[in-house]
Amino acid sequence: MGVKPVLLLTDLLVFTLIVCAVFFAIQARRHAPSREAWRRVGRQPAAMASAVILSVFAIIGVMDSLHYRSQLPLEQSESAAVEKTAPVVYSTEVLSVLDALLMPLRVQMEKTYSVPFARESFQRETVEQADGGQARITPRLAYGARHLQEGEPSLPDIARRLVWTPFQALAVAGALLCVVGIKRSRGVGIVAAMRHILAGCTELAWRPALIVVFLVALLVAAGVALAPHYHVLGTDKVGQDVLYLSLKSIRTGLVIGTLTTLIMLPFAVMFGIVAGYLGGWVDDVIQYFYTVLNSIPSVLLIAASVLMMQVMIDTHPQWFDTAAERADARLLALCAILGITSWTGLCRLLRGETLKLRELDYVQAARAFGASTAQILRRHILPNVMHIVLITVALDFSILVLTEAVLSYVGIGVDPFTISFGSMINAARAELAREPVVWWSLASAFGFMLTLVLAANLLADAVRDAFDPRRQIR
Amino acid sequence: MLAYIVRRLLYAVPILLGVNLFTFMLFFGVNSPDDIARMQLGAKYASPEAIQRWKVERGYDKPMFYNPAQEGAEKLTDTLFVDKSLRMFTFDFGQANDGHDIALEIRGRVGPSFAVALPTFALSLVAAITFAMLLVFFRATVLDFWGVTLCVIMMSISSMFYIIGGQWLVSKAWALAPVSGYAGGVDMGRFLWLPVFIGVVGGLGASARWYRTIFLEEISRDYIRTARAKGLSELAALFRHVLKNAMIPILTGVVVVIPALFTGSLVMESFFAIPGLGSYTIEAIRSQDFGVVRSMVFIGSVLYIISLILTDISYTLVDPRVRLG
Repeated sequence: MGVKPVLLLTDLLVFTLIVCAVFFAIQARRHAPSREAWRRVGRQPAAMASAVILSVFAIIGVMDSLHYRSQLPLEQSESAAVEKTAPVVYSTEVLSVLDALLMPLRVQMEKTYSVPFARESFQRETVEQADGGQARITPRLAYGARHLQEGEPSLPDIARRLVWTPFQALAVAGALLCVVGIKRSRGVGIVAAMRHILAGCTELAWRPALIVVFLVALLVAAGVALAPHYHVLGTDKVGQDVLYLSLKSIRTGLVIGTLTTLIMLPFAVMFGIVAGYLGGWVDDVIQYFYTVLNSIPSVLLIAASVLMMQVMIDTHPQWFDTAAERADARLLALCAILGITSWTGLCRLLRGETLKLRELDYVQAARAFGASTAQILRRHILPNVMHIVLITVALDFSILVLTEAVLSYVGIGVDPFTISFGSMINAARAELAREPVVWWSLASAFGFMLTLVLAANLLADAVRDAFDPRRQIR
Repeated sequence: MLAYIVRRLLYAVPILLGVNLFTFMLFFGVNSPDDIARMQLGAKYASPEAIQRWKVERGYDKPMFYNPAQEGAEKLTDTLFVDKSLRMFTFDFGQANDGHDIALEIRGRVGPSFAVALPTFALSLVAAITFAMLLVFFRATVLDFWGVTLCVIMMSISSMFYIIGGQWLVSKAWALAPVSGYAGGVDMGRFLWLPVFIGVVGGLGASARWYRTIFLEEISRDYIRTARAKGLSELAALFRHVLKNAMIPILTGVVVVIPALFTGSLVMESFFAIPGLGSYTIEAIRSQDFGVVRSMVFIGSVLYIISLILTDISYTLVDPRVRLG
């Protein structure tokens, strides 16, 4: 079966972002002060541990950004002769590499809710019995724990499947330990280097990173061992596996957290340093502009913009080939709107910093040498305000991920067909009123979100401490 | 002082004009009234006559900025911009989709909104400052470390979790408060304590951590060393000196919180069925009532600008060195 790669707009921007990040990393490596600052980040155990978790999330997000449409199987009636000439038809369903990896989770749909690891449905159904009577029973699930015999306990089965997972996780962590050990073995030998790492006496906090790698690998191995046979986190109202939904939500969260800043950055940076450097009427106009935008409470501004964007998408259905493209356009538009409403803060910070830099000797000297304004802004001002940009980007990420959930609840978030933490929470919210409570959907959405945001917050803190010059004096 | 307030109010006029123009462009420029009519009528019923009727009924059948069909000054005033947007300065917002007068509706909903927002605001401030003071008192100890860790965890939890979890635990499992609803008068407290409590807890992590950094900056100053040297207890130094001197950054930070207060109550009001401005906005967003959303954007900006001015005035109250004028 052939596949046709699909490049959604957000995918394109995600890959642009990766290219930018790689470029930025190379620049940072060459530049001694920023290399030193990143080492300061790496010395903090919490930062290294968070970086591991974030990179796992990032890998999932990137895999979910490689989209394709698979070829539809030809109709049986069509003969072999026609087959050669028939045009290749692709499914309208856009899938991603992550979908392909999670194939069993995506297609193993139950009828409705089921508790994690359940073998029976959550709701009772009336079933005709063999003797003609009717009974209210909870029927067996179509896929969850299907392999178990009637009356066979599930715990020994789960335990049997989990036996090897600690060793697999240990192997992953061990392999990483070897790689790091080899890189650090210069002069001391690999065994000594590895002992150093395990004792925690390396400069960078490798030991906590390895511990987190072990824990994550343990979870992944357990998931791989169990998920095809059980609904590890239960199923939701329409019978979708909650683990699948949670993993798919990661991309939406990451896209909103990163692309929003990517879209906003050029404007904020340009307007900020131009206003600060040039002053005069340019400054007045830019200040007026962001004061106006800033005076509108952001939720209302977002609400108004999203409503208008919805009207635009609804009245122009011809713009989009597939539902996925429409949902994607809406996600991107949401990022753009969030970006427009949030660039003012960074712009103001940069303006203030540039006002200070403008009066410094080296800028005066550059001006005396006859450097053009554009050159001064690019070579002398911009590199010296980059730390503010970096800190803001890091701090904004977690706020944006959290905002998405609220916006989706209000009805101005992502497309209803886009799987996101917000839409998961929104769908599960009403079910807390049931008896017994349906808790697993909410718990997984909040759990995954907490992990992502907490890791982002911890890393952002370390980045701020390392890059903010005011914090290093103390 | 009076001159300062008047000047600040005058400064607010161009900003509000900008907000007004911006929202007008957003609501009428991005999509033409025809598009909106087509969407609200549904694609099936959107014949040209139906669209025209819809526009006439709601007064959308005018040109945007310039009306050549009219005489004299009417050329500029009998337009969509004046009729739909500038008129909001007189707090005349027109009618909602269901025919109710928006201004009247808003007047009735301001009370419940403030009944939630003001106690939340005041109590959050007290709680966060107290917690931050506690952390600063035990600074550089294990308690401080775990306190800050707790703050980071608390600010990493979604606000939706606090609301959903709190409502479920307190109202449903423990049955300590009504699940949702609102009543005026004496009964108000019974309904409002839970949303206020959740609002305070939900915001505690971020603000307490922020106040802690402010206090730590202040505590390394010379005058605190002097205060200790003259025999003041640590608590007295903290509350009498640090708190007073940290008031300016605290007040500045509070301004940042005010729009967030509006956001918070947006979701809070909808979850607890409090008939305030927040739930009104959410209902309007869900039913795509653009008139109401537009009015709320305007009112939100007015409230924000007023609170900015109030903050500046409050500077003079806490710091005699600040002179406005």
